Amino acid sequence: MSDPILSLQAVHTDIAQYHILQGVDLEVPRGQVTMLLGRNGVGKTTTLKTIMGQWTAKSGKILYDGQDITRLPVSARARGGIGFVPEDMGIFSDLTVEENMLLGCTSGPLDSARKEWLLGAFPALGTFWNSEAGNLSGGQKQMLSIARAMAEDRQLYLIDEPTKGLAPAIVSTMAQALRELKGQGASILLVEQNFSVARALGDSAAVMDDGRVIWTGPMAELAENKDLQERLMGLSMEAH
Amino acid sequence: MTAAPDHRPNFASVSLAERLDGALPVLLVPVLVVFGFFAIGVPSSWLTLTVSGLAMGMMIFIMASGLTLVFGLMDVINFGHGAFISVGAFVGVSVLIALGEWTGAASLLLNMSAVFLAVVAAMTVTGALGWGFERIIVKPVYGAHLKQILVTVGGLIVIEQLIHVIWGPDEIFFNRPETLKGAVTFAGAAMEKYRLLAVAVGLALFIAMRMVLRRTKIGLIVRAGVENGPMVEALGYRLRLVFVGVFIAGSALAGLGGVMWGLYQEVITAGMGEKMMVLVFIVAIIGGLGSVEGAFIGALLVGLMQNYVAFLEPKLALVSNIALMTAILMWRPQGMLPVVKAK
Repeated sequence: MSDPILSLQAVHTDIAQYHILQGVDLEVPRGQVTMLLGRNGVGKTTTLKTIMGQWTAKSGKILYDGQDITRLPVSARARGGIGFVPEDMGIFSDLTVEENMLLGCTSGPLDSARKEWLLGAFPALGTFWNSEAGNLSGGQKQMLSIARAMAEDRQLYLIDEPTKGLAPAIVSTMAQALRELKGQGASILLVEQNFSVARALGDSAAVMDDGRVIWTGPMAELAENKDLQERLMGLSMEAH
Repeated sequence: MTAAPDHRPNFASVSLAERLDGALPVLLVPVLVVFGFFAIGVPSSWLTLTVSGLAMGMMIFIMASGLTLVFGLMDVINFGHGAFISVGAFVGVSVLIALGEWTGAASLLLNMSAVFLAVVAAMTVTGALGWGFERIIVKPVYGAHLKQILVTVGGLIVIEQLIHVIWGPDEIFFNRPETLKGAVTFAGAAMEKYRLLAVAVGLALFIAMRMVLRRTKIGLIVRAGVENGPMVEALGYRLRLVFVGVFIAGSALAGLGGVMWGLYQEVITAGMGEKMMVLVFIVAIIGGLGSVEGAFIGALLVGLMQNYVAFLEPKLALVSNIALMTAILMWRPQGMLPVVKAK
């Protein structure tokens, strides 16, 4: 197997007086979709934010493309090729859809071929291109958040619960776009509670509990083994 | 590929009343102007007072625009802003005095050249001062409002004392350039030439700021940063650099405002900026902290209100702007055009 695009080694993160990440070890292989799974409150979102630099790792090491980025500022990590879709979507409500998309391009204007692809994947964004993003529906905002992260070619995408609370039809749109992104060779670390999406997209999985990664392996192995799911996450994923 | 579902967007549910609600603050200025017309009764007086109010409003806007941007983007309450107004006035007036032959000549070209150089000098010095102020005084207290108030007030006092050291403790009287003296008459109303210039400068600045904020990438980053700074950084932009740039620009605008206000009053003191800060804060608050458009409308309302009330009932002039702020905050507690804060 080639070098992983991302590697976390014994990463600890505190938020105020709380010790959230307690030695996370994780590898994200190149060109694959890695699902980060686990119950609520086990540290999945904190892991993504620590990789992105929004929370600073107290100790441990984060290697991205072979480089130690543990102490790099957030913007340097993003410019290095990490795209981030936070759980709250981070949409700029006062800006138009177009302006939100332009902010996703740090190195120049939005490439026309890229725009065409994104509007093909998310047609609703084209319809409301010049409208304020704050007036979009929840699903459209989620599409915008993901499309904005994809506005430039990036090596690694950190995506936090992109299908949360969305209608099945939009979930399917979202999953298709992520599949296409994967098809372009991007690496994705995806926090996802929707089991069918996780099973359909995931190549590998890492399960977290209590601030640590307690299991890693192929997604298919986890998907097929209900006992393993219940042991790791306290429930069968089929129920979701 | 799966097409996006054809579900109804929220736009459909935005009622006419909600759309009008967004435009209401903009309508307040013409409403106040019309109210002033009927309250004053004499068209020529009303026109003179309106131009005077607009000029005052524009100058307050120049001073307030930097403050509101700094607060909106950086969440910094900067009482030291008043010091930049004073320093701008002193530097600008020093240049004007040094160019006495130009300002004393009855030549529009020489007069405006002198004013231009005074403005450039004032903005350069206050911009540089703002950079140092941000590095030394503001940077250590990001995120701590109480400390910001204490240290920026401290910075204000120190700079005021430094003005006394450099320019002496006395107020400085001076004359406007020759071609900016006097008034023009229109429809029986006398309008000071300088006030017309102030209106033009303020309007040009507002349009320029809107263009920068709405049409450029840096403006886009600033507007996004006001709403959600951490996300802007997560997209790859060094917001810290933008912070510093906005602080420098805000300080330079305060310097410009200081020169304009000094020329308006024809006297400058070290405490002039501090005194202006009451009006500047009123404008920034009623406009909606972080909103340039809100500050513009707020400044015009304050300028017009002050002039109309001073004419109609002089004793009420001092409280009129506080009353205006109270009324607007009761109507819209976040100010007229609040900037969404996602953080």
